[in-house]
Amino acid sequence: MAAGMTERRSIKRRPIKRRLVQAAAALAGLLLGGTVAATVWAQQLVADLSSHLIAITTGFTGTEVVLFGTTDGAGDVAIVVTGPRSPATVRRKQRVAGMWMNTDSLRFDQVPSFYTVAVSRPLDQLVGRPVLERHQLGLPQLQLPADSTLPPEELAAYRSALIRNKQRQGLYAISMGQVAFLGERLFRTNIYFPANVPTGLYNVEALLIRDGEVVSAQTTPLVVSKIGFSAEVSDFARNRPVIYGVAAVLGAIAAGWAAGAAFRRV
Amino acid sequence: MQVYLPIAEMSVNALLVLGMGWLVGFLSGMFGVGGGFLMTPLLIFIGVPPAIAVGTQANQLVAASVSGVLAHWRRGNVDVKLGVVMLGGGVVGTAVGVWVFGILQRLGQIDIAITLSYVFFLGTIGGMMLVESSRAILRRRAPTARRGKLHRHIWLHGLPFKMRFQRSKLYISALLPAGIGAVGGMLVAIMGIGGGFLLVPAMIYLLNMPAGLVAGTSLFQIIFTTAAATLLQAATNQTVDAMLALLLLIGGVIGAQFGTRAGTRLRGETARMALSMIVVAVALKLAWDLFSRPDDLYTLTMGLR
Repeated sequence: MAAGMTERRSIKRRPIKRRLVQAAAALAGLLLGGTVAATVWAQQLVADLSSHLIAITTGFTGTEVVLFGTTDGAGDVAIVVTGPRSPATVRRKQRVAGMWMNTDSLRFDQVPSFYTVAVSRPLDQLVGRPVLERHQLGLPQLQLPADSTLPPEELAAYRSALIRNKQRQGLYAISMGQVAFLGERLFRTNIYFPANVPTGLYNVEALLIRDGEVVSAQTTPLVVSKIGFSAEVSDFARNRPVIYGVAAVLGAIAAGWAAGAAFRRV
Repeated sequence: MQVYLPIAEMSVNALLVLGMGWLVGFLSGMFGVGGGFLMTPLLIFIGVPPAIAVGTQANQLVAASVSGVLAHWRRGNVDVKLGVVMLGGGVVGTAVGVWVFGILQRLGQIDIAITLSYVFFLGTIGGMMLVESSRAILRRRAPTARRGKLHRHIWLHGLPFKMRFQRSKLYISALLPAGIGAVGGMLVAIMGIGGGFLLVPAMIYLLNMPAGLVAGTSLFQIIFTTAAATLLQAATNQTVDAMLALLLLIGGVIGAQFGTRAGTRLRGETARMALSMIVVAVALKLAWDLFSRPDDLYTLTMGLR
């Protein structure tokens, strides 16, 4: 009986074990690859952020993060900051019976919630178009895939509308930021995040450019997260929506009652 | 002073929101309307997403109505029996409203349906009240004019299920207040407002209720419909921002107290005239937005919707 149970358990356990081994192998490969890449590039470009966490507290009004780093010699630096990607819909209004109403729409699959670029010199002086496109350097090169059969000019109109709306919200930079060099090797730039910055995992990419080619790159993660009271409220609302609703109603009744009682005495 | 709103995911000026809450609370206490029809456009105007504006102000209306009802209750201005009958109709109306909302959403035209119903209801009711109240004020200035009959009998008073409402000194069909409540409930679901601006004139003109009881009784009913709306919004759409609601209700409950006091000093027709002018102004503003060319023809929505 006991032997049977052990046997059954070991049968059950086998696939889990195999998966664990696979995962460990994959992780080791990833780490190894990462280390190799890091050691190759570390000699040419090293960059870091003044903070890897942007904490959105109740008093949050936007913040600035300093990116600083060093190169192994002369060259130019470009910084690309990309927020988490998610689907987005652009809707177009047309006049129908005198009223402006949504008539058409286009869905984009992978839209970064935030996008900004900073460079030490204007990009067109540094690299050619293929390099710009490969590294998605600058808004015209930002990849915004959409599943549609629209003619190219229509697609372009939707695309530029998306960028325009994002710029109005302050989430896509209107102009490129400036990377300042202190001497030949040391560089820094300030990245500004507005009060309405979306939460999630951001990617900060630093590129070293020499003779029209990207010779080194380093990616640094940046987390934008709600902290403290605002985090608790949004977690509560998301994880226990019904209880949250009941609490909101009870709180409102209590507040209304308290105010009524307070004013009776006056 | 800037405050971050955790659900709306934006930062607002706390004093501005407190002031908006106070203003809407004041009107709410004065006229017995929830003020939702004013709060939604105001919140959207300062950049709060429409869905969160609707869900959150339903929450703040609960507090404003409780506080307003207490003030009216102490003066004996609430007809609970009539309010409960209205609420019965309100439940049915809300269910129908949710069903209609779903159909419109599938058709992809919920935004324009909401704006159009705002323009239609606010425009019609505001316009009718404006005409009526200015006539009443003119009559007051000419005291020689013959007084009208106390009760006019129209077909509405011949409906079955007659009930006696002692407080309001009414003997009318229960279908009448229930029907008014049902229309109010539908508005809660579709437009996300308490519906007071519709209930108050309906109670005055269709039920011939004593004017003093109207505000308290309509607020009494609105407590329950807005509480239901808050629950529904929080549970299904997660669009209730507790931080924003807190700011609005602090301003709102204080404003409502002042409003109730100011309201007792106002003559009925003057109050109706003032309210109707505000309602018509909001309707005109919304109609203007609907027909004038927007700055950008394209809008962006992040996420799946």
